Amino acid sequence: MALKGRLQDFSTTQLLNLVNMARKTGKLSLNDQTDQGAMLHFKDGRLIHATNNADEGHLAAMLYKVGKLTEDQVNVIKKQYNGSSDRVMGKYLMDARLVSRADIVQGVKDYMLNIVYDLFTWNDGTFLFEQDILPAKDRITVPLNLDNVILEGSRRIQEAVVLQDELPDLSTIALKITDKPLRDVKLTQDDWRVISHIHPRNSVKQIAQNNNMDEFQIRKIVYGMLQAGIVELIRPEGLQQKRAKPPVSRRGKKMAAQSPAEKRSVVTKLIDRIKRI
Amino acid sequence: MQTVKMVITGPFSAGKTEFIQSVSEIDVVATERKISSDAERVKEDTTVAMDFGRITVDDDLVLYLFGTPGQRRFDFMWEILSEGMLGFVVLVDSVRPETFREARHILEVFSSYASTPYVIAANKQDLPDAWSPEDVRIALKIDRDVKVLGCVARDKETVKNVLLELLYSILENMQAEEE
Repeated sequence: MALKGRLQDFSTTQLLNLVNMARKTGKLSLNDQTDQGAMLHFKDGRLIHATNNADEGHLAAMLYKVGKLTEDQVNVIKKQYNGSSDRVMGKYLMDARLVSRADIVQGVKDYMLNIVYDLFTWNDGTFLFEQDILPAKDRITVPLNLDNVILEGSRRIQEAVVLQDELPDLSTIALKITDKPLRDVKLTQDDWRVISHIHPRNSVKQIAQNNNMDEFQIRKIVYGMLQAGIVELIRPEGLQQKRAKPPVSRRGKKMAAQSPAEKRSVVTKLIDRIKRI
Repeated sequence: MQTVKMVITGPFSAGKTEFIQSVSEIDVVATERKISSDAERVKEDTTVAMDFGRITVDDDLVLYLFGTPGQRRFDFMWEILSEGMLGFVVLVDSVRPETFREARHILEVFSSYASTPYVIAANKQDLPDAWSPEDVRIALKIDRDVKVLGCVARDKETVKNVLLELLYSILENMQAEEE
């Protein structure tokens, strides 16, 4: 018998608890109001596979999403192995020494967890649990105990509430690196990914998109760096201009783009400055 | 405020962190880790993410220097770092010819990301076994129109010279594009 309902009535946490306690086997489909969807497969109460409708769902796309493959590598693999099973693709990836078996297992695991943790923040939408439906046999499955997933997910719900309060609409804020001395600051790879995209014109939302990060991830990283005094919040340059500028004239548009002379002037200034170091 | 970016890249242990440290006005933010691989144990620590240095020109202009991670397994960072760069420096360890092939590979990869000007800096010229910049050019099959410059990453003056030569190349490139 299928279980179906609305997430505002029966939350993701409760659903996973149910699957865990009853040691269920089957497929759980969730959809939010914006038609964003996710599919989780369980076997004997353990999560074994997760996909969402935003990604392509094959192994290479999963490994790209969690940083184990580059975009170029994925494009090459897609051309050669489009339509192949994940197992065939996995074998190719290992033979080509692009990833190891451990990388694949960890990558699929991280990918699944990213999807599931995101679901904890969904307050609205529908779910459908269909008994005894397993993922296609060609999919690579990694069994995960739901106890830890539920614990971490619940913790994230609490954090998400705080982060939502601390950081308003992400499309209306940008970041600026402060002058605080950064001696002994230890940053993670994800922190660096964010820092490398900091620019007055890039909103935090754009930085997240450029780094394939979900809203929770970027909020957490930015909040951490704000607390450490590494960055401060500013309004994105484009946004300020949009509000401050009168209706756009053709001349105004032309002025906005840097002319060759202005570009040369920037380089000349840099030359003068470096000479004085 | 306008920010511009230059990338300092090169093989593992080429001296990228020291290079940026020599001219940055802030303490270079580096994520260093103990080396775990015996094959790469030529120094105690390596940069696993990237280095980050800054040179303020005036109230309206800042130059950021980004150093790439030395080890291949972090090369997924390269494309991210190369976005919007004004130019890049490929730093070569002049006393370790076994890294030249890797330097050539890095150069090709970065050139494919963006058609921005670059220079080659043959580092560690203070060491007795250092290959000369001209020999490095030949070993790396670098075209004559690309500058190959000797440098010592700890020596501010030689680092400044490399950056200045890169900026001159950028300027020439801009002028050529206008003509």
